[in-house]
Amino acid sequence: MSARSLVAFLAVLAVIGLLAFGLLNKGGAKVAVGDPVPDKALSRLPGPGHGSLAEERGKWVLVNLWASWCIPCREEAPDLERFYRRERDRGVTVVGINVQDNEGDALAFLRAHPTTYTQLRSVGNERSSAFGSIGVPENFLVTPRGRLALIWRSPVDDQILRERVEPLIGGRAVD
Amino acid sequence: MLLLVALVGAALAFVGPSAAVASAAPQPQTTVTAIEGEVMCPICGTLLELSDSPQARREKVFVAKLVAAGRSKAEIEDALVAQYGPEVLAVPRGSGFDLTAYLVPIVALLAAIVALALAVARWRRDGRDTPGAAGSERPLPDGDAERLDADIARYDL
Repeated sequence: MSARSLVAFLAVLAVIGLLAFGLLNKGGAKVAVGDPVPDKALSRLPGPGHGSLAEERGKWVLVNLWASWCIPCREEAPDLERFYRRERDRGVTVVGINVQDNEGDALAFLRAHPTTYTQLRSVGNERSSAFGSIGVPENFLVTPRGRLALIWRSPVDDQILRERVEPLIGGRAVD
Repeated sequence: MLLLVALVGAALAFVGPSAAVASAAPQPQTTVTAIEGEVMCPICGTLLELSDSPQARREKVFVAKLVAAGRSKAEIEDALVAQYGPEVLAVPRGSGFDLTAYLVPIVALLAAIVALALAVARWRRDGRDTPGAAGSERPLPDGDAERLDADIARYDL
């Protein structure tokens, strides 16, 4: 291979490499049932302090991604609160994660739609990307061992919680 | 005279507090338009000034409040990044990995210039090496030079 051909080959390789890098970095993570739940320490909402899903290890956790500007999020908040109150004595909890929002609006949302379960706040779309989220609201059921048991990329309501979530908790899905 | 003093005093009492409040109100250091043209609606993937989603509208309110509070452009951008993440900026910051957004095009341009210069030099060298080409310094074979001169003289070229 001549020097000229080698240079041309390396140039083409560099272009392809840049293209591949761009494509690989586009979009969020891909999560599936059975995967470990994405987790990191996040600010509590309201503060102070931080919290994480790891603190709920040993319980079933329904993770709810939401944003203040999201209308379906407003509609499902009361159903999630009722679910939490109904299930919390059975080793089940709910953790809300505010995404793609500003803190002021998020706090105003919680004042308008109060919840008693843990609320955390993620800056920008970092947690959305970690969960492979395509919008809000999205809900994820996590086993006591921290594995995803259900991925529900839509709002939930009483019917969905009773028909899709509670049977998994009652049936003790195997990790 | 006393009436005049009283009137002036009353006028000052009325205008004074308003003037004080007006002077205490923060002066905007930038405009909403200037900010919206340089930040993104992260969900929409478009400039905020071109976006009209529910999230974009909330972000615009957030920006407007900071502008009205007299924050500088840099302060507003920092606040947006703190709330929405670095992806809210339309123009990458010149630090960390974002620096590559500025360095890569410069490096690519320099590499292209160097490659072009080398190619031109090579073409010129190849041109001089071609037999009979302008600038070629290879002498004619033996006898050809004399025959050439004789032909030129005979035909008065």
